[in-house]
Amino acid sequence: MMYYSRLRLLGVAGICLIGLLFCLPNFMRAPTQSLPWRQIHLGLDLRGGSYLLLQLDLKSLEHDRLQSLQDQARQTLLDKSLGYRDFQKDDQTASLSFEPRSDAERAVALKTMQDLPVVVPDEFHVTEANGRIVLTLQHDAMLARARDAVAQSIEIVRRRIDATGAIDPSIAREGDDRIVVELPGVSDPERIKTLLGTTARLTFRLLAPNPSVASPGSAMLEDISTHSQVAVQDHVDVDGTDLTNAGAVIDQQSGGWAVTFQLNSAGATAFANTTRANVGKRFAIVLDNKVIEAPNIINPITAGSGQITGGFDAHSASDLALLLRAGALPAPLAVIEQRTIGPSLGAASIHAGILSLAAGFVLVVVFMVLFYGRFGLYADIALFANLILMVAILSLFQATLTLPGMAGMLLTLGMAVDANILINERIREEVKRGRAPLQALQAGFERATSTIVDSNATAFLAHVMLFVFGTGPVRNFALTITIGIVTTLFTTLLLSRFLVVRWYALARPKELPV
Amino acid sequence: MLSRPLLRFVRDDRRINFMRGRHMGLIVSAVLSIASVILFFEPGLKLGLDFRGGIIVEAQTPGAADFGKLRSALEKADIHPDAVQAFGSPRDVRISINAPEGADREAQTQKLVDGVKTAISAAEPGTQVLRADAVGASVSSELFRDGLLALGFSLAMILAYIWIRFEREFAISAVVTLILDLTKTVGFLAITRFEFDLVMVAALLTILGYSTNDKVVVYDRIRENLRKYRTMPLRELLDLSINETLNRTLGTSMTVFLAALPLALFGGSTLTGFATVMLFGIVVGTSSSIFIAAPLLLLMGEKRLRKTPSSDTE
Repeated sequence: MMYYSRLRLLGVAGICLIGLLFCLPNFMRAPTQSLPWRQIHLGLDLRGGSYLLLQLDLKSLEHDRLQSLQDQARQTLLDKSLGYRDFQKDDQTASLSFEPRSDAERAVALKTMQDLPVVVPDEFHVTEANGRIVLTLQHDAMLARARDAVAQSIEIVRRRIDATGAIDPSIAREGDDRIVVELPGVSDPERIKTLLGTTARLTFRLLAPNPSVASPGSAMLEDISTHSQVAVQDHVDVDGTDLTNAGAVIDQQSGGWAVTFQLNSAGATAFANTTRANVGKRFAIVLDNKVIEAPNIINPITAGSGQITGGFDAHSASDLALLLRAGALPAPLAVIEQRTIGPSLGAASIHAGILSLAAGFVLVVVFMVLFYGRFGLYADIALFANLILMVAILSLFQATLTLPGMAGMLLTLGMAVDANILINERIREEVKRGRAPLQALQAGFERATSTIVDSNATAFLAHVMLFVFGTGPVRNFALTITIGIVTTLFTTLLLSRFLVVRWYALARPKELPV
Repeated sequence: MLSRPLLRFVRDDRRINFMRGRHMGLIVSAVLSIASVILFFEPGLKLGLDFRGGIIVEAQTPGAADFGKLRSALEKADIHPDAVQAFGSPRDVRISINAPEGADREAQTQKLVDGVKTAISAAEPGTQVLRADAVGASVSSELFRDGLLALGFSLAMILAYIWIRFEREFAISAVVTLILDLTKTVGFLAITRFEFDLVMVAALLTILGYSTNDKVVVYDRIRENLRKYRTMPLRELLDLSINETLNRTLGTSMTVFLAALPLALFGGSTLTGFATVMLFGIVVGTSSSIFIAAPLLLLMGEKRLRKTPSSDTE
């Protein structure tokens, strides 16, 4: 215990030096791009910026799937020339139901429904009730779809945010159906909120034969160009997923802003077929369940490109083009939590954090020297190393540091000297009992170690739990304390002890300064 | 100069008879904790934005804030704030609105925050928004649940650890002491009206962790002395153990206190409450190690841990 091998000595010194090295990137710029330059990220509360928590609309996802399932079921029944009556869709219970034409066809219809292709396993259950065949979507399957939809949405959200020029955004999944967006430096997230709040689902659908009343297979939608309601068929002829490009242009005829789009070959073919078969009729350009415009089909459109003029200005035209290029969200996203920190508050918080950290550090350092003399000074050196190692580990993991995180660091520093105090008090007791300096040191270290491990283990467990179950600021606090406990064990059990042992070996004192 | 420490809390040979005040300590603690539990129900904790949902916008106006003007600007925009108040400097305004009710309250909450920002920057051009938070009702209830879960699991882990490392009497008295500490801190929160939010949950846990740590050190010494002095009456042994660890107990409390003090003074609005509660918790945790945890051990362990001579019982 009182002898440190050269290897161990080098190890302790080496770790401290490496720690120092890992701290450096936080204080300077990367000299070249190729160097692995790992820094602590400042949290939004220190840096200023916006945090948005988005929730995927499960109901809408369910509604869409129900719609497509209905189309699929009807088509399959038609293809097999099975008749049906009274086809109903119920969004409340997430189910479809119909009555087979005759009892003779019942078994076949049931079997046909059971054999419908599914997107995810066990997506819906087929049952029979009151002579009707019922297809019910399963909640677990919908959750699985939601997870897929979130993964898809993250990509689209990223494209949309990148297009706004926001720097260094972070977009991550949370839970089954949520997305966290962090936008450093964005203190007014209104535009981004609007962009993310738009599903941007563009569809081309024919108007119902009688556009003024809703009939089965169609729905009344708001026409924002005429501020009236028109009946639009539920069946989607061409979908925005077939878009390959979109741009904002000035319309040659009217002189107003318009959005042009280009379809891929599948979309172009479908568009050509629909327009060819329906010359003279009206078709609606529908964006997120609102009709932008509903022109007459004068000639078949075969080139696969077109133009939307819907009373845009430069701003809304370029935003729509941006949204169309980035792609539609699989389901609407709603902001359910928003936190914005202005840049001046962030700067003030950094200032407050660093001031507190420095003041707390100085107070603890002075206290240790006054109450524990030379050994207190060694504890202070270890404390400094502790701070450096904490920063180094946070940098290595490229962790985020928030204001509560800084509080965690400060509390770690306060708690860290506990181990030194325990050791010192022990040594002192041993000296009072009349032990020689060397034996007193040895006994002090040995006996204090189990207490130190005990007390740190409880704190460690508590904060790991806090990290696992906590959210937001609590997690960061728990993270810094957890890291701090590990570095504390190293600096007190190895570094400060090593300093004491070196001093003893060099000075060979007759009395210990305790 | 560094040959001797300059200061010391108590002389090493000082033997304070803590156990004499054990009944007093327990009674005072029980009264304080009961009062805290009452305070917890009435007036209750002031929930922060995290847990209650709603909107807070903090802004800095170019000149001294004109509250009447801001209020009427908000009313004109059909926004009815629950509070428009000063904080920090006379230029700083905090506007808070409780979570709206109704079907699409989530969307309403998010819309309101933009409305507030627009209204105040129109009323006072050049206003800087320092902070704008909007927490939907569903999120706030989840945050509350998660916060309590984190608290519960950490507490369970601490208990499990003490249970494994020490005898049953130690574990039970530690748990009781921790619960007493926790209730007092909650009472303190209720009196000071600091907002109870996620950061405060972290403060409570840190206090628990710190208090446990303190108890572990004292218990460790008691256990050691139980083996060392096989015939010493438990009461004397507890006093001896507390006295032996007194300098350490006070020293560590002091360093943690000193570390948290600057946060309470300069930490800014986010951390002042957190750090003040920490300071309170350190004082409570330290005194409970001496006046509560050890006497409880004496009460429970008198028979089991050590035969106490009849002359010592009152």
